[in-house]
Amino acid sequence: MSGESTYKPGSGFERWLDARLPIVRLAHDSFVAYPTPRNLNYWWTFGAILSFCLVVQILTGVILAMHYIPNAAMAFDSVQRIRRDINFGWLIQSVHAVGASMFFLAAYIHMFRGLYYGSYKAPREILWILGCVIYLLMIITAFMGYVLPWGQMSFWGATVITNILGAVPVVGEPILYWVRGGFAVENASLNRFFSLHYLLPFVIAGVVVLHVWALHVAGQNNPAGVEPKSKEDTVPFTPHATLKDAVGVTLFAMMFAYFVFYMPDSLGDPENYNKANPLVTPPEIVPEWYLLPFYAILRAVPDKFLGVVAMFGAIAVLFALPWLDTSKVRSMRYRPVARWFYIAFVLVCIGLGWCGAQTPDKVIYQAGNYRIELRDAGNKPLAIAQGRTADIAERVMQQEVTRLGGAVRSLQRETPFRFDVTALSQILSFFYFAFFLLVLPLLGLRERPDRVPETIAKSVLGGRPAAAIPKAEA
Amino acid sequence: MLRKLITALSLALGLAFAAPLAGVANAETKARHPHPLAWSFNGPLGTFDRAQLQRGFQIYKEVCAACHSMSQLTYRNLGEKGGPFEAAAHRNAETGEIEYKIGAPHDGDRAVDANDNPFVKAIAADYEVEEIDPQTGDVVTRKARPSDRFHNPFKNEGLARGANGGALPPDLSVITKARRGGADYIHALIGGYEAPPPGLEVPPGKYFNPYLHGDLSAFWKGDPAKVPEGGVIAMPQQLFEDRVVYADGTAATVDQMSRDVSAFLTWASDPKLEERKSLGLQVMIYLLVLGVLVYLSYRQVWKSVKH
Repeated sequence: MSGESTYKPGSGFERWLDARLPIVRLAHDSFVAYPTPRNLNYWWTFGAILSFCLVVQILTGVILAMHYIPNAAMAFDSVQRIRRDINFGWLIQSVHAVGASMFFLAAYIHMFRGLYYGSYKAPREILWILGCVIYLLMIITAFMGYVLPWGQMSFWGATVITNILGAVPVVGEPILYWVRGGFAVENASLNRFFSLHYLLPFVIAGVVVLHVWALHVAGQNNPAGVEPKSKEDTVPFTPHATLKDAVGVTLFAMMFAYFVFYMPDSLGDPENYNKANPLVTPPEIVPEWYLLPFYAILRAVPDKFLGVVAMFGAIAVLFALPWLDTSKVRSMRYRPVARWFYIAFVLVCIGLGWCGAQTPDKVIYQAGNYRIELRDAGNKPLAIAQGRTADIAERVMQQEVTRLGGAVRSLQRETPFRFDVTALSQILSFFYFAFFLLVLPLLGLRERPDRVPETIAKSVLGGRPAAAIPKAEA
Repeated sequence: MLRKLITALSLALGLAFAAPLAGVANAETKARHPHPLAWSFNGPLGTFDRAQLQRGFQIYKEVCAACHSMSQLTYRNLGEKGGPFEAAAHRNAETGEIEYKIGAPHDGDRAVDANDNPFVKAIAADYEVEEIDPQTGDVVTRKARPSDRFHNPFKNEGLARGANGGALPPDLSVITKARRGGADYIHALIGGYEAPPPGLEVPPGKYFNPYLHGDLSAFWKGDPAKVPEGGVIAMPQQLFEDRVVYADGTAATVDQMSRDVSAFLTWASDPKLEERKSLGLQVMIYLLVLGVLVYLSYRQVWKSVKH
């Protein structure tokens, strides 16, 4: 905690308690008197929004676990029973399912905010890394949670994702069977995923405590990216930040509620309302939206194992971010060039998400048709068969061959230039890594940043003398 | 800066949406897009049309139930709040007898528990269920009760496939949620059978349907660049004009029947839809008022702090 404790026990009981377990003092210093930069904008409310999401997920999850049956033969029906027969089960199940998406949405905004304002730079490296640990745990927890309803996408998603482990050379296969608890995804896999899906949220909650602790030691970053220097730069956490957070949480809750009550299925795949069937593969296997960028990176690399390395690398690189960015200036507000790279990076991530949702061989641009030239014995062209796909061209060619009888002796095939989703994913994956491994290290050394304000107060008041400081601090 | 940002974002979004349009059709499956209908349950205030649900149940019972199960539903669901046969009891002041009528209870009526609902009991009594006699251990049959699950037309998957040329008729409990397009798609599919276009050789035991996602190039003998949309389905057309006689006198056209059964299947997939939407409205109003109050408090507290 920065500074002395300002807690004054009011009553005799509080003094008695404070001498034995100073828990009220801890709460007072952490969430009431805690000095908060005065210039925090609404992007800073996502910390509170994420706490709200975690609490919602744990509360609804604990109730769902009372009714859910983790058995491959009964799981799908038990979710239907929750939605149909349990009191408000439809609501609790919807909030939990939609809540996963909301959690990730808030986490992504929170991370992009940290990236823009340089919240990972000294002395906040550990704070950032703890955040990355939470994010990694969230991915694992969400993936296991998605398996539990035991629909087609649950089953096949679990199959595809656990198969990733099998790509590891030599030890891959034994690890794969060990994780699944069998040779394929089955009842044993469902059981352990349920167990871990219940365990990990509490691990997340533990790391969140460390995250908040680290935050309160280093203090919050702020849009100006300069540390508070005097009392003029800060306001007490309560009521100032508390109320601003409350505005953010309420707005977020409205969007959350809109999804829950009016479009509860819009974020999921209809395929998951079909019971898991190991004998029928769905036409397309896609993860939930929040994992699509990583799925695109996985598929962009032709080699399976290297694809896995790239996918995990995309997350691992976040851990190294504090040491990759060489700029002395925290906030991109004062980094005119970095700002444009940042916008490009956000678009690259959205683009990767789009790629992850498409079939890899989907054609984005194709220059002209597939052409097959039919030639006679003297190698002279007889006719040309063409079509927009290789398939169509082949069929047209067959028809031409029949029409021309035995005259056709050879075929000359021409493939047009095509730009497909895989190619786009490769380009975007390159830019994703380039942002961290080339742009941030080099740009920090070359860029000429704008003038950074001396203090937070000056960035807000612009040189004029400070307005009245709130009474709570005066 | 902001203007530049907006320009950049809109450009990017434009590209994202234009990209699929520029996409060249390859061997992907394709189907005709179902026509979106103005369902009574659409929109944030939508509710089910009870008469339509009853007609839809009649179609399910007389047509679909010959092959399709609805394993998640029990007969009592039909009589629960918002269900097609929800009933109210009313005491006749002159005769003193209890009279039952279908519909939500209002002024002085008593809501009828779904298990005691006479309409539901009558529907259930049309079916028989097997159970083990605890005294003798023999398999005996009894009439179904409201608490029993919907009768399954086949005892197991093998029998279902055997009776349907190898194809398994899907369970219809959550069918409108399990298919992209929901009720619009189901309506289009079951009411949208067409004669196959000339040049399409449909294999025996299969039927052409333009709304089913499929790849027809293997059956197409015409211009290879113009493979028709749609797929082949193992279910022949079921709905023909006057296939059923509606109890309420509605003309049983193909479109009417497919609308009604799609509405019924939407209710079956999402029986809490009305409760969900009405609670949603209350929650949104509550959050709006809360939001205004919190925002005003926030303004008040920050009034003296420039930020």
